[in-house]
Amino acid sequence: MSGDGFEPNIIVFTCNWCSYAATDLAGTSRKKYPYNIKIIKVMCSSRVSPEMIFKALSDGADGVLITGCHPGDCHYVTGNHLTIRRYYLVKWMLKELGLGDRVDLEWVSASEADKFVEVVNKFVNKIRELGPIKLREEVIKKP
Amino acid sequence: MSDKPKVAFYWCASCGGCEEAVVDLAEKILDVVNAVDIIFWPVALDIKRKDIEAMKDGEILVSFINGAIRLSEQEEMVKLLRKKSKIVIAYGSCSYMGGIPSLANLNDRESIFNYVYKESPTVENPEGTTPNLRYKINDEELELPEFYNNVYALDNIIEVDYYVPGCPPTPEVTWNAIGILLSGKLPPKGSVIGASDKALCDECPLNETKPDKIIISKYKRLTEATPEPDKCLLAQGFICLGPVTRGGCEARCIKANIPCQGCFGPLDNVLDYGARAASYIASILDVPPDSEVVQEAIKSIRDPIGLFYKFSLAKSLFKGKVIRRDEHE
Repeated sequence: MSGDGFEPNIIVFTCNWCSYAATDLAGTSRKKYPYNIKIIKVMCSSRVSPEMIFKALSDGADGVLITGCHPGDCHYVTGNHLTIRRYYLVKWMLKELGLGDRVDLEWVSASEADKFVEVVNKFVNKIRELGPIKLREEVIKKP
Repeated sequence: MSDKPKVAFYWCASCGGCEEAVVDLAEKILDVVNAVDIIFWPVALDIKRKDIEAMKDGEILVSFINGAIRLSEQEEMVKLLRKKSKIVIAYGSCSYMGGIPSLANLNDRESIFNYVYKESPTVENPEGTTPNLRYKINDEELELPEFYNNVYALDNIIEVDYYVPGCPPTPEVTWNAIGILLSGKLPPKGSVIGASDKALCDECPLNETKPDKIIISKYKRLTEATPEPDKCLLAQGFICLGPVTRGGCEARCIKANIPCQGCFGPLDNVLDYGARAASYIASILDVPPDSEVVQEAIKSIRDPIGLFYKFSLAKSLFKGKVIRRDEHE
């Protein structure tokens, strides 16, 4: 169902301590990754509240990828434990709201530039296949 | 008619509980009637739409409108009242955030009509008749209001000056709101009036029993267990939305051993009540960060949309469920 030539608009949240360092490393190592992503650096993946994800999607992002330190490596010890709990609830709520599977969570450590490129590629392809996001207002018109 | 300020009450898609709430002011309603003239109140007074149409613009001081907007008639009426009123108040959760009627935004008109008029087991409708806008009978054409695809909160349709939350607003909240309006010291436009600006936990009698760190690995439902009285319901593992909900109701539900369901809506500067509630409820689950364990624990929340958006789906960022009939995914 993807439209021809559809290029998704994707927000990637990275944490200051692990996954942002990985994006940095990917850049300095001149690795290629899709231009569809807009990276937003936050101090910890647990800073990404469900409200931020919903806001991104309702304002036109086709997908949101959250990245953070591996469990056990969190700079704030248990920050990413909160992330994973919220993540599964958000994923479930989006499914119930008919928006499809548009949010993913990946653990990327500071040295895993290759993994960062891999997860971004995978996510962009997934959203490309899902097609552009359509909100209720666009699909179900008044009256 | 005297020169007392004129006040109107109107109901849209609501249950009538908000009208009841006005009557629940009990003898204080006499003080209200002393201070103002109630000129329009379909549930109690016999005044017609044409009487309102005959009024001057801005002649009504305050219109209290309760209920969500579901029909074209309701939209016309609230637009008329907006024109005739200086201040419009969204009274009660339905006009404030869409309320329980807006849970219908998990469906659309077609699926609602199909179920209510055709598929429901208690309905017999062999011809498959559903409501039409016009119907001809004995050479006369009857007209019905249009049933919208979506349920709207009042401020999706008209400009709203103030909000009074609650399902229904308690008599104290209603009384506070009337007091603020009559005092002439009006808060900034768009404020929620009459209620508290702190979370419900602040005034909850069980707050003292809330531990510093809540440790629960699974939520319980009221059908599965009976809460012990006098102990924080969240600490017992029941989903209580008190921490993210505006206070002002004096914790009525909790005093009756029922967890808060969030009818007073969000605190100031919250973008999406359901997302905020989901964030809190998921975060306090005390389980190890293992995908399967976490998913199992999250499952104990059961119906997250019905729970977190019980009163606010129309005002949520997504406004309801996306139903696509054109394409099959």
